[in-house]
Amino acid sequence: MATVKMIILQNGRLLDPVTGVDTEGDLWMEDGVIVSPREEIPENSQVFDVRGKWIVPGLIDMHVHLREPGEEYKETIKSGTMAAAAGGFTAVACMPNTTPVNDCASVTQFILETAAREGSARVYPVGAISKGSKGAGLAEYGELKEAGAVAVTDDGLPVFDSQLMRRAMEYAGSHDLLVMSHSEEIALSRNGSMNEGVVSTRLGLRGIPVAAEAIMVYREIALAELTGQRTHIAHVSTAAAAELIAQAKARGVRITAETTPHYFTLTEEAVGDYDTNAKMNPPLRTEADRQAIRKGLQDGTFDAITTDHAPHSVLEKELEFDQAANGIIGLETSLALALALVRDGVIDALRMVELMSSAPARILKVAGGTIASGSVADVTVVDPGKKFVFTKESILSKGKNSPFLDWELQGKAVLTVMGGRITHNELL
Amino acid sequence: MTLSIEGKHKNVKTTYRFTHKHILGIEQLSVADIFHILDTAISFKEISNRPIKKVPTLKGKTIINFFFEPSTRTRLSFEIAAKRMSADTFNIAASTSSATKGETLIDTALNLQAMNPDIIIIRHGSSGAPGLLARHVAASILNAGDGTHEHPSQALLDMMTVREHKGNIEGLKVAIIGDIAHSRVAHSDILGFSKLGAEVRVAGPETFMVPGLDALGAKVCGSVAEAVTDADVVMALRIQKERQDDPLIPSLREYAQFYGINHNLLQKYAHPDVLVMHPGPINRGVEMNPDVADGKGSVILEQVTNGVAVRMALLYLVMGQEGGRG
Repeated sequence: MATVKMIILQNGRLLDPVTGVDTEGDLWMEDGVIVSPREEIPENSQVFDVRGKWIVPGLIDMHVHLREPGEEYKETIKSGTMAAAAGGFTAVACMPNTTPVNDCASVTQFILETAAREGSARVYPVGAISKGSKGAGLAEYGELKEAGAVAVTDDGLPVFDSQLMRRAMEYAGSHDLLVMSHSEEIALSRNGSMNEGVVSTRLGLRGIPVAAEAIMVYREIALAELTGQRTHIAHVSTAAAAELIAQAKARGVRITAETTPHYFTLTEEAVGDYDTNAKMNPPLRTEADRQAIRKGLQDGTFDAITTDHAPHSVLEKELEFDQAANGIIGLETSLALALALVRDGVIDALRMVELMSSAPARILKVAGGTIASGSVADVTVVDPGKKFVFTKESILSKGKNSPFLDWELQGKAVLTVMGGRITHNELL
Repeated sequence: MTLSIEGKHKNVKTTYRFTHKHILGIEQLSVADIFHILDTAISFKEISNRPIKKVPTLKGKTIINFFFEPSTRTRLSFEIAAKRMSADTFNIAASTSSATKGETLIDTALNLQAMNPDIIIIRHGSSGAPGLLARHVAASILNAGDGTHEHPSQALLDMMTVREHKGNIEGLKVAIIGDIAHSRVAHSDILGFSKLGAEVRVAGPETFMVPGLDALGAKVCGSVAEAVTDADVVMALRIQKERQDDPLIPSLREYAQFYGINHNLLQKYAHPDVLVMHPGPINRGVEMNPDVADGKGSVILEQVTNGVAVRMALLYLVMGQEGGRG
């Protein structure tokens, strides 16, 4: 592959939310950059006829857990980025809750070096808000930023201390780092293992009320307003939080927000008979919440679709429900589930690409998110009609913990190009 | 199918067959299943009154009592039931098991399975744990209480006791007072009594309620007096004395004053022939006054007696002695 001079995609539907392009055409890539098509196809070019398929800027998932360093039995940077490439992603932002926590330049460097050596996607490390994510004292944002971190978060846990969060926003602002908030009021959610409601009562499981998310989302909005710094709300699951975010945006607060395919696809009913593959934090909510999340994707309340890809092994999942770990994998199902929104008429194709590529690039201030000439050659070819059954055997992630196992899904990345390098190819 | 209280299960002419291999909860049982269990229990009750309290029905069967939470009466009740059926019983308590050594529930269960037991009776602090076990082992699983989910044998003995006194459960008003949210007994009783056509009311401070109780079949009442009004059955639940992480009530003293069941309350509001029940053990003077616990309508000790009969019936039925499983 390395000797190929050009990658040429012909007759596809070009979709670029940044330029507003939605047209039939060709896309040329040379030396890791998107270039204008020329008269003649050079020798050594790799040419793909992608008629009927979409050519979109490489997808960017700004919320994944790659588990390395420390929990390589769950996922590695190598396996996680292979799963990403298969899912159409050319870049992922990885959360800092590894062992050790990514709260310093050396861990950030380790991640970047490993990704450069073994990765199939760009990896953007996200540093910790607090040292060790212990909720006391700021991590060294200056050095994290210099080493290559794009944001800070204590994701997995909320920042309990409001003063610490205020200072984090202010100090992150000084280093132009985004603050990502895991919004959860622990006093309300403690010991809960699913949404508080009819299903939790039926199953006898301690519930996590909507208020646990809404209270903390409101705190972050108030602090973002106080500090004037840009703040990103991670994995929104409730109608209540969506409404707070919409209101904050309407009055000009510098808030962005993400939600995930599981919140716009599933409800608490998916827990079924104590299925730990439907256990995550925040939990799956009600149908009314699901509808509100879909509406928020449509009306601009949400800026990004992320996966919160959280691989676990059977050691953490084949347990009593309340003992099992939170989290599900998502990199290999996200695109198909987002395409279902397009088919359902909730969002159009350009908006989907905005949510899964252009907006994450803009929020993280990283390359990509557009296929305009001169841009980095991060490109995904999507076959919106391709059907596949999501089987355990087909999963490239080390984690098999998905509530979508054995679902028939429609829509797949059939070619993923990252910096001019083909990282995934089903076009052969 | 409805069986009358007189119906001896062996004589009823019907195509009904008990097909459950496991007893995980009342939720999975049909009305016909419940009546069949209760009828079977009634036929077994007499065994406990014989001078030689033993029948050979489960001779050669191995039954493991696998208790992850401390329990005296439920464990003993199951053990007595098993022994009166001539089964061999073994007890494992959490303190002597591998649970604290980092072994998973599934691993422990597979190790038990390797010794080929016929029935595993499990009590566990995690809701759904018996179902998890049932998916991984070949033995029949009987849920002896899981988290805040279900305690089916308790609900069945409650229904048996009420049925013996009232003849029928349909149309009765059953009031359950106390910590509904954290009570697997309440959960199973709500499901069971409402399946059999009773009006189940629950009451207690709002801190003891959770959303969705109506979906289970309960009517949530604003006061104890409202719940108890014209009630045929009043059941008080045991109050947990300490809950460090969650301030549910200010004090036992205040609870007793506003939510305790006492003679005056029952006399003023309840049906004159009200049955008084409690799953035990009672905090006397807290959720129930001694004048009520020892009063004329109290059937608390009969509940314990019926517990043995119900558990004998469950052991018998899951072993498929009627040709279900051979």
